[in-house]
Amino acid sequence: MILHPGILALLVGSLLTLLLMLKACWLGMQIVSRWDNTSSSETQLQLERKTWLVSTLLNYALGFQILSGVLYLYTLEDIHRLFVGAMCATGALNANQVGWLVLAIKVILFFIAALWVALNRLDQRTEDTPLIRPKYLALMLITPLVAFDLYLQFSYFAGLRPEIITSCCGSLFSEQGASVASELVGIPALKMMEVFFAIIGVFFVLLIACYFSRAALLRSLLFVAALLTFFASLGAVVSFVSLYIYQMPSHHCPFDMLQGHYNFIGYPLYAGLFVGTLFGLLPGLCQPLRRHPSLRREIDQLEKRWLWLALLGMLTFLLISAWPMLFGSFILLGY
Amino acid sequence: MTRQLKLLEHALAGLLRRKYKNLSLLVVYAFTVATLGSVLFLTHALKAEAIGSLAEAPDLVVQRLVAGRHDLIPTDYVVSIRALPGVKKVTPRVWGYYYDALLRANFTLMGFSDEPQDLELLEGRLPGAPYECAVGNGVIEVFGAEIGDMLVLLDSREQNQLYEITGRFKAASSLLTNDLIVMQENTLRDFFAMDRKLATDIAVEVYNPREINTLAKKIRSHLPGTRPITRSEILHTYDTIFNWRSGMMLAVMVAALIAFCILAWDKATGISADEKREIGILKAVGWETADVLAVKFWEGLAISLSAFLIGLTAAWVHVFTLGAPALTPILKGWSVLFPTFALVPVVDLYQLFVLAFLTIAPYLACTLIPSWKAAVTDPEQVMRN
Repeated sequence: MILHPGILALLVGSLLTLLLMLKACWLGMQIVSRWDNTSSSETQLQLERKTWLVSTLLNYALGFQILSGVLYLYTLEDIHRLFVGAMCATGALNANQVGWLVLAIKVILFFIAALWVALNRLDQRTEDTPLIRPKYLALMLITPLVAFDLYLQFSYFAGLRPEIITSCCGSLFSEQGASVASELVGIPALKMMEVFFAIIGVFFVLLIACYFSRAALLRSLLFVAALLTFFASLGAVVSFVSLYIYQMPSHHCPFDMLQGHYNFIGYPLYAGLFVGTLFGLLPGLCQPLRRHPSLRREIDQLEKRWLWLALLGMLTFLLISAWPMLFGSFILLGY
Repeated sequence: MTRQLKLLEHALAGLLRRKYKNLSLLVVYAFTVATLGSVLFLTHALKAEAIGSLAEAPDLVVQRLVAGRHDLIPTDYVVSIRALPGVKKVTPRVWGYYYDALLRANFTLMGFSDEPQDLELLEGRLPGAPYECAVGNGVIEVFGAEIGDMLVLLDSREQNQLYEITGRFKAASSLLTNDLIVMQENTLRDFFAMDRKLATDIAVEVYNPREINTLAKKIRSHLPGTRPITRSEILHTYDTIFNWRSGMMLAVMVAALIAFCILAWDKATGISADEKREIGILKAVGWETADVLAVKFWEGLAISLSAFLIGLTAAWVHVFTLGAPALTPILKGWSVLFPTFALVPVVDLYQLFVLAFLTIAPYLACTLIPSWKAAVTDPEQVMRN
């Protein structure tokens, strides 16, 4: 199955990302081993210049990673027709064990790379760049993950046998079965709604509280709340948001909404969720960095903007998911 | 935001100043996009064409196999298949291929027996008497005939037969009827010298689409030696074949892509003394490395997007206006003896996305290090030189 245009593009993209990351990693090792902030030697100057290359490499790698995530889902949508019994991307993912793992790695990579880029921006704004060592050491963790992503993608697509009968989303996201997905679907929609709206409500309260207060505890709580909101939102999408979007009480698929006949509504929905979560994580993550005086100044400057972006992202997600519940003609909850 | 827009403006002005250098790159870049784009467009159009024409195909086609080869099927089988529960309609079909040595083209000859089938006529009527026929647009063009003219075909006894054209087909999808000649079943049997008790295959329609596979299994066990083919199997096969073909072509073109990347790398590395000076001066007046990098990024994006649009337009013209003369022999496969037909322009977002990913990403990646090298230029050193 490798010789499909979309799959080729994905593999080329992942290979490029890996090459960029390898280069960045190599430079990172040089920088970490020889960095001396107090020196004004020729070597130090060269190293300082190389930091620019590394950050550019990472920016591109992050960009490619985001696009390749979208392309991955798009390709799954396209190839599902080749599998007997598959009706959407879920069917294509089920065709072999690795598909879901690739998706998970892509999500993890997105968050790690985006956080790296954000912290790097922050660090580059300061004079003394206190984060130089942890930053470049982190590269050695990201690069194997990118390589793993490429390897898994390859083995997923190489292992696809179009004649296999896969289960469509109707059977994975149905109420029988023991998988996490069916557990989620099995929870009554009302209960899931209560949990979801409670968590996202707490998230918004914490966001606003962080905006007006400087307490460290609030930021740590926001970090936890952002993580919880992310998972609760994914759960909510499978459990009831999808039902409202498709206007069908039994259709729980989280990928169908990315298709054209639902007006691609899934893209802004997920983009809002990812942006909201990312910027919700940042203030808590930067809290320990405040002990560096130079960083503290920059964090104070940027934090308000992060909070706004988190609010905007989550609001987009909430609006899109709540809109059909409030104004749509579909009624899920009985009388 | 305004800062990035100003940087973009600067980048565009810089590109215009070095227009000849960038123009050559743009041409090669656009050519690469056009080549890859043509492959994607053409296979996608062929795929859409095949899927469109199969939408009207019967749910199930039953063929007979003898010694592993397709053979004529006895018409008695119709009775056994009709007796199976869930079967809506069973029609024995008589059809075959005809090669016209003079025109060097293949035609599909098809017979119809009772009521007119779901074929939409453009003009005229279906043949009502022996020695009448209705034909597709391709046939009309190739013979240069009109409705009411006579068609001369050489039958299986090498005798000339005359058929009057009574109708001309239109089809939403030209692949379906382009090479088709329809006549009455008995006329066609005479033409092919085919036994009255045999048919080419049997078309089966089923009430419930979920039962198609079960019925296919039943037919196989009731009538050993037959091969039931479902419509979805044909669709899968087309999909896989066209994906495979275009993937194969793309894989071959990876070499061209790499060559292009080397060119892009080379162009990006060899920055002129003027450009170096410019960057040196910019840095001396207070630009930061990040700003120069941003300008370089905008330059790359501007070149990529222009080349992408030009290449895309070229691919569109090549495939849908000119009929992809450079690619059809490889991708269509069977088409050597086939009359030409116009492809229906079908392009979806996915094709564009794949194409952009295949061309823009490598370009940006390989101009990255050269632009960094330019961006870290030491102003003092440059200006001293």
